[in-house]
This record gives sequence, structure tokens and C-alpha cells, in this order.
Amino acid sequence: MSRYRIPGMGRVDPAAPVSFTFDGRSYQGLRGDTVASALLANGVHLMGRSFKYHRPRGVVTAGSEEPNALIGTSRGPGRFEPNTRATVQELRAGLTTESQNKWPSLKFDIGAVNDRAYMLFSAGFYYKTFMWPRSFWDKVYEPFIRAAAGLGKSPAEVDPDSYAHRNLHTDVLVVGGGAAGISAALTAAKSGARVVLVDENPEMGGSLLSDPSVRIDGRGSWAWLAEQLSQLRAAGVRLMTRTTAIGYYHQNFVGLVERVTDHLDQPPHGAPRERMWHVRAEQVVLAQGALEKPLVFDGNDRPGVMLAGAAQTYLNRYGVKVGDNAAVVTSHDSAWYAAFDLVDAGARVAAIADTRDSVRPDLVEAARKRGILVLTGHTATATEGRLRVKSVRVNPVRNGQVGAGRKIPCDALLICGGWTPSLHLFSHTKGSLTWDADSRTFLPDHKTEACQIAGAGRGLWGYGFVLEDGVKAGIAAAQALGRSADASDARVEGDRPGTGISQKELPTDRSPGKAKAFVDYQNDVTAKDIRLAVREGMRSIEHVKRYTTNGMATDQGKMSNINGLMIAADALGKEPPQVGLTTFRPPYTPTSFGAFAGYHKGATFEITRKTPIDPWAEAQGAVFEPVSLWRRAWYFPKAGEDMHAAVARECRATRASVGMFDASTLGKIEVAGPDAVEFMNRMYTNPWTKLQPGRCRYGLLLGEDGFIRDDGVIGRMSPDLFHVTTTTGGAARVLNMMEDYLQTEWPDLDVWLTSTTEQWATVAVNGPNARKVLEKLVEGLDLSDTNFPHMSVAECTVAGLPARLFRISFTGELGFEVNVPARHGLQLWKAIHEAGQQYDICPYGTETMHVLRAEKGYIIVGQDTDGTVTPQDAGLDWAIGKAKKDFVGKRSLSRPDIVAPNRKQLVGLLTEDGRKLEEGAQIVLDPSQSLPMTMAGHVTSSYDSVALGRPIAMAVVTGGLSRMGETVHIPMPDGTIRATITSTNFYDPAGERLKA
Amino acid sequence: MLLIHCPYCDATLPEAEFAYAGEAHISRPADPSALSDEEWRDYLFIRTNARGPHFERWRHIHGCGRFFNAVRDTVSDRFLMTYKAGEARPDLTVKEAAE
Repeated sequence: MSRYRIPGMGRVDPAAPVSFTFDGRSYQGLRGDTVASALLANGVHLMGRSFKYHRPRGVVTAGSEEPNALIGTSRGPGRFEPNTRATVQELRAGLTTESQNKWPSLKFDIGAVNDRAYMLFSAGFYYKTFMWPRSFWDKVYEPFIRAAAGLGKSPAEVDPDSYAHRNLHTDVLVVGGGAAGISAALTAAKSGARVVLVDENPEMGGSLLSDPSVRIDGRGSWAWLAEQLSQLRAAGVRLMTRTTAIGYYHQNFVGLVERVTDHLDQPPHGAPRERMWHVRAEQVVLAQGALEKPLVFDGNDRPGVMLAGAAQTYLNRYGVKVGDNAAVVTSHDSAWYAAFDLVDAGARVAAIADTRDSVRPDLVEAARKRGILVLTGHTATATEGRLRVKSVRVNPVRNGQVGAGRKIPCDALLICGGWTPSLHLFSHTKGSLTWDADSRTFLPDHKTEACQIAGAGRGLWGYGFVLEDGVKAGIAAAQALGRSADASDARVEGDRPGTGISQKELPTDRSPGKAKAFVDYQNDVTAKDIRLAVREGMRSIEHVKRYTTNGMATDQGKMSNINGLMIAADALGKEPPQVGLTTFRPPYTPTSFGAFAGYHKGATFEITRKTPIDPWAEAQGAVFEPVSLWRRAWYFPKAGEDMHAAVARECRATRASVGMFDASTLGKIEVAGPDAVEFMNRMYTNPWTKLQPGRCRYGLLLGEDGFIRDDGVIGRMSPDLFHVTTTTGGAARVLNMMEDYLQTEWPDLDVWLTSTTEQWATVAVNGPNARKVLEKLVEGLDLSDTNFPHMSVAECTVAGLPARLFRISFTGELGFEVNVPARHGLQLWKAIHEAGQQYDICPYGTETMHVLRAEKGYIIVGQDTDGTVTPQDAGLDWAIGKAKKDFVGKRSLSRPDIVAPNRKQLVGLLTEDGRKLEEGAQIVLDPSQSLPMTMAGHVTSSYDSVALGRPIAMAVVTGGLSRMGETVHIPMPDGTIRATITSTNFYDPAGERLKA
Repeated sequence: MLLIHCPYCDATLPEAEFAYAGEAHISRPADPSALSDEEWRDYLFIRTNARGPHFERWRHIHGCGRFFNAVRDTVSDRFLMTYKAGEARPDLTVKEAAE
């Protein structure tokens, strides 16, 4: 048995020892321990170093609000986690843990020099210390700050664990499984409501687990608890332990994170590590209890100094005494009970110093009976002990005067500065708070959600009151659901009622300027820092918080916010409610990214859309690229080819003979109905009335602001049916836009819109021999140029499959696009590939498609346009139906900004030295101007062109269309490149090849 | 995650099924060419940016696909009501008086 473990006490299993390591040393704890309780059982208080001053720190709390005892935990490769709270991590066999913020060792740390130089690190030191010289920023200050910043080490490997997401709907969600929560849940459940009760601890019970001496309904509190839990189960209540309510959102939507495997020696194969629950509840009961605050005085952070309630929990729940000879400094009755429990368990308590002048006589009597020295009206002014507290100095305070101090030796110092109702979830809902002047705490006031608040969470103290309040909350929740619930009352004996006060830093007889009286342990913020911030002009509590970082650590100020507020209010000479409280935000406790990500990682991060031809491309060794959610074949490398060589070969083959391309991802929309042509006239810039069935046309779609939104070739299949194609990434947007106009602006039009993107597989066949290949496969259609000229469309049979055949080209070559029902796509592809062997048909990918289209100056919406490009800017005036009275965006084309000169316009660029430009590179007109230069545009597309034997580029340039032949300059890190402005139609400008 | 009532499906469903579609009751002018540059600018860009009840459009994009109108309080993020596209802008004072 460990030195500080008390046999027969606690809820740990003495027959089940568990081994673990801390900083390389082996320890033994018991099943049911946390890392913190097991270390304390072994007499280890020093668990870490503080963030800024690297001061030695021990555990302060026994719960999830712990600011100090943050450790790294590991259970094998990839399963390292920094900043695990030792007070939360349950012991499991083989657990490896380590302390943080120390070098070279926890007991001797170089960074602790910061502690001696604390004058340099006062509030706002970032803003003051690193001001000058300016040249020090990059080389000295920033590397120093970056190295010093951050808590713990980030894991270096990919997290191998999985995380689950689940939905849950319930009538009543009760948050907090203490006395109030249990009675609320049982009352509501008895009314017939579906109830879920959650608690972040491994077992339900809350503070009852730390108060076994209280008797309820004639039984010990633990026996009563067990009985209540079996009643809850019998009533069908879903009990969820190790489950934290992290956020409370609109309409009673609550996020829960359940820790599934971190406490298990051997997690079941495939079990998620954590599970996030999305809960929608008709009624929420918040029974989160209260959080204990420290007292603020010099040296209140030494290892061995901890909250009195934490010491009581370690004793009663884990059977661990935190020291042999404790002392207590408090301003609340609760710490007296902690002292009594310690003495009754065989430890010594040297003294209780209470800051209040008068304390309930029964407490004083009970203390004296146990041989504890009682000192009321006292302050604490110092502690001693480097790696563990050795003594506390206490002084009497009479009429505001601090008297002579006396030193009380101790190996543990229990402090209590009162209790703060846990308002976090309530604050997430923007519920308002009210200041209770008697208890000097904030309490919940106006609610914005359908919720009840019960117990210590609304400032009540003592089990009798809290149990009664839980029943009331349960009845209120049931009644809100239209159910009737019965009241019940519990008889409590040996209750522990209590009151106390909240206060600023304790008075001292020494220089307050030298006191290290910590308010926020995790961020090393002292009372002096807060007063300095006020002196330096911070008036709002929000400014004080940001300037000092008080409450900005991972515990979100659970222990420090109220103490910080008390001190700031005193410094400002205002009452605390006038200074205000900073806003609590989700999550309640630090939450792993994995829990948020859930299934959205790796292959299931997003869906991957694949065309019917994708398996063939994969079998051929194609390299893929993502295009919106699609994966598309990028290029098809042959053995020994890199991307450059493969793309050059594909381009050459297509222009010389014939290439084939999987264009199935193109968006496709059928616009059908008697008013289809009118609808098309209103949506697209082009005129559609005279387009005959069997013909197609390039369509340009603008926003109402006149900027290009999408484009694509549109075929008229019959007088009332259009086959619209869109860009791959724009399909859903275009359909949404069409639906919007059809439903809300022109509901009188008789038109139907149907997405057919995934109904058709599309194979583009391009090149001088394209017709020869297709002629072998096409039935029922004469493909000759006379009968089926450029921009024709027809229904026919291709390779025995029903097809819509377009004669169009995105390459400048003779081109066809064959659409067949998607289920036949692969068959069509193979048939064309087979038929094309005679002409060395070359499958090509998206990169070659890009090069070939750029050689012709065909734009890609979203690459050569960016949402600020008009048809005129892009050189697409010809696509505008000038005779049309109206279409979407037409009015904007005459707006002053749109017709203004010197808009950025799309042009071609040819570099003088033959270097390929970088896409995105900035363009200037005068390379000798002083910095910062005036940007005249940027490169939108740039490729090596095999057909032209040189690189080509497209760019938007200020007034570019009137600068043909002029020279512009592209400054790059290795020198400025000169380029000539040209037309974007680089290859076959007369378009002869299309007409072949 | 808000719950939104689709007036076409007559069902209250999670926000994830819906897409926001901007302010409501801004009709496209019947003849845009008749508008001055200032009037057209106002139609394109000027929005109320209300603090409090805001009339806005939503689409039940992963459901029935219909666009509809809603009144949402931008302070509390609470939906006061939803109604079908084309219906008149509701008079909130009448609604309040009825409650």
C-alpha cells in the first residue's frame, strides 16, 4: 500500500493494483484512481512547471478544471496526447505519462530563471519588451516567443484512433449527475418522460462521492446513491458517464463528448476513442454544480497548496491523504468540513485560518474538539518550500490593519476562496446573469432556452436544499412537456450547509509589489498584473483579460475569472457587476480535434465522385487530380515518363491524329417545357430563339452584377428541350441559380429543370482523325461536315448504345462529344479506344485538356475569371445577344464601373526569353518604379505549348485589350521577366482545323 | 444547429437540410433597363442588415428544393416564422398583437 493511501477509504479497488510511469519512473496506483490521485498516494505533489515563470506546480483540483497538472500521456506510437489533465485521466495498465514545460528536468529547470526575472514578464510584456530594435524581430524575438509559447508538445504522428458521431433525441437532458441532477432526472423520468443523464466523471454522484458521512433517507450517501442509480435505470433513464457536455447551442442542441476507451487497459478492436453526441432535447436541466476558487496571496501556487474541496475528494473518493500535517486558509465554511474529514481519517490539521471575523460556532466547536487551532479574522501572507510547501505565514487582520505574522509548518495547504456556480453552459445560450451581493457571486438570471437550473449551479448549498431543488427542476421539466410529476422529499442528516464570501487578493503586511499572488495559475497571472493593467488604462474586463491573459488558458478561467474580476473591480473602484464578466464559450473543457472531426478524415473526409470510366484510368496507371469533389485523370504516364513528358506526348498525339478524354464530370442540366427557350433567353447572355433543334451554341451565364458565373455548350434537342452543360465545379451552383429565378422571379414560366450530370457519361474525341474513329461506331447519322457541321447535336447510336452526339471542340481540333447513359460509359470508352487503335488514339487527362484549350484561348471559369470579370473583360462580347431586351446581368453591363476604362482584361502573354511564367505571378507596367509597385494584373494560366514550341500564358492586365504588342514586366525573386501582350488565340487563329 | 420549418413540407427539420439565400422581398425589376444607375445599384447591393427581425430567403435544398421566406431575429438567431415564396410580407405588429 502506498505511503499516503488510507486502507478502507475511497472508492478505489485495493485488490486491483495498476502500474504506470511518470517521467520514466514506475508507480503503482489502484483501479479507480486518476493519475493525480495515484501520484498523491505515492507522495508526489510536483507534477509540472508553470507556463511563463516555470515555477514548480502541483495539483490544485480534483476535476476537469485543473490548471496545473497537465501531463503528456501515451499508449504507444501515434497515441501521445499533450495537456491531459492528470485529475481526469484514469489509471490504466501500462499508461506512460510525463510532465511538461521543464528542461532539463522537472526538479531542476533552466526556464525557472524567468521566475527571478519576473519584472520583465509583467502584464503586457509582449507589447513592451519586444518593441525594438526592429531588426531583432525576425531573428531574435519571434523565434524566442515561438519556442517559449505553447503548452506541451504536439503529437508528431497521425492519430491512429477513430472518433464517432451520433445523434440523440430526448425529452429531458440532465447535465450533471450530482445530487440535484439525480433527483431532477428521477422526478422527470417518473412522469414518463425520456431522460438522459450525463456526467463527465467515471461515475455518477458528483460531490456525494466526496461526502460519504452525509446520510439521506436513513442511509449513508453512497448507499443512497447506489439505490437512486438503480431506480434511474429501472425508470429507463439513459446514464452516460465520462461524457462532457461541451456546448449548449440554439433550440436545446447540446454537444456531448463521451470518452470511450482512454480508461481501458485493452481497448476493444475498432472501438472509437471518443464519441460526439449531437443531442436535441425538449428540456435541458443544468445541474453542473459549483467550482471552488483559490484564495489569492503570495506563494499560493506551491506544490502541496490545493483547494480544500480537492483534498476532501482525494481523501474520500480515492482514499488518499494529501499530507500528514495540513493547514487550512479559507473564506467559506466548506473547507472546515474538509479539515474535519482529514482529522477523522488520521491526518493532522495544524490550523484553520479563516478570513472572516466570525464563523458559525458549531464549526469552531467541532474544530477545537479535533485539536485544530482556529484563527478567525486572519490573512495568509506567504508560503515557503521550493518543490513542496513547508509552511504558511498567517497574520491577524484587525480594523483593516495586518498584524504580526506567525509561521505554521505544514506539508499541505488547503485553500478555499468560496464557490462559483458553473455558469458556462448557461452562458453559451446567452442567458443573462445577475450579481448576488450577499454571496458575491454571479447567478443565472433570464433564460433564452427551454431549460431549468438546479442546485449549486444556481448558488444553493447543502444537500437538503439541493435535493429539493432537483425535484423542482424535474417537475418543471415534466410540466413543460405536458406531463405531471410528483414531488418527493429527502431527509438529510449530517448535512453540510455553508456560506462564504468572495474577495480580492488577501491583505498583506509586506510589499504587494513583490507578492507572487496567483490568480490564473495556468497563464501565470498575478494580482499585481491585473492592477497594473488597470493602471495602464484597461477599463473593460475584456481588455484586462486580453492584456494580462487572465482566464485565457485552457481552463477558460474556471478558477480565475471571479478572483480576477474582484481585483479589477477594486482597482477601478467599482462594484463587480459594473465591471462585468467575460463571456464563456464552448467547449466547456478542452476537446480533441478528433472528436470534432469524427468520420471526416482520410478517405471519408469528403465523398470522392468517380466517373464510370475511372476504373479504366486507374488500371492504366493514370495520375489523378481532385476537381471539386470529383477525382479526374490528370495525365496517363507511360513507363519512364514524368508529367511534362506525358502531357507533351498527349498534346502532340491529339493534334497530330486523335485523342480521347473522359468529360463525364461536366455538369449537365435538362431545361424542358413550353417556355424553355424563353427561360434560356432570360438566363444566358446569348440569344436562343433562332437556335434550331439539332444545333448547339456556347452559352455564357452572368450574375445580376454582370460578372461571369459559368459557361458551357448548350444543345437544343427539340423545340422545348435544351441539353445544358456547365463547368465541372459549377453544376450545383448553376442549377441552384436557375431554380431560384424559376421559382421566385418567373414562377409563371412552364419549365422543368433536371440535373443529369450523373445520368450521362461523356467521352470527348478530338483530333484530325476523330471523325474516322467515330464513323466506325456511329449508326443512324452521317458525320460528314456537310450533314453534321461544327456545333451540331443529334441523337444516334454509338457502339450500339443510345447516344447524344455533339460536334463541339474544346481543343481547336475537329471534335465530338459522345454522351451515353452512365451505365454504358465504360463500354463506350473501351469501344472508342478499340476503334481508335488504327489511328494510335491517345487517352489524355485534364492537364492536356488545359494546355489544348489555352492554345486556343478558351477560358476556364474560375481560373481565368475570378468573379470580377465581365464578358467584355474576357473578350466574349460576341456571346452577348445585343438585341435581347433583358437577361440576367444585362443591366449591369452598362454600370459606370463596368464601362470604365482600364479594367483588367484577359490577354495572351509571350515571354521574350522563352521562360514559362508562374500562374498567379503579378504584372507591372514599369519595372523601375519604386516599391511598393503598382500591380497591373496577374497571370491566370501558363503552360508549355508543344504545338507552338514555346510557353504561353493568359493574364488579366489593366486595359489589356488596347495594349496589344506592348511589353509588360513580371518581377520574380530571381529577376524580372519581360513579356509581350498578344491575342489569347495562339494556335490556328482562323479556326480552320475545327471545320475539317 | 437551428431547426427550420419548411412551409412546403410542413415539417421542422435540421438546418443542415437548408441553404440561406439572402434577403427576402427584393423583386427583380420588371424592366431593369428603365432603372437609373443608382436604382440598379440599390437593387444589387443595398440590404437592410437588420438588428432584430430580418426577412430572408431559405431553400430546402436537401429536401423538397423549394425556396421560401422566413423571419429570423438576428439578435437571438430565433426563427419567428416561415412562409411560402410569393406570399405577402407579414405584418409583425399584427403577429405580436395576436400572441
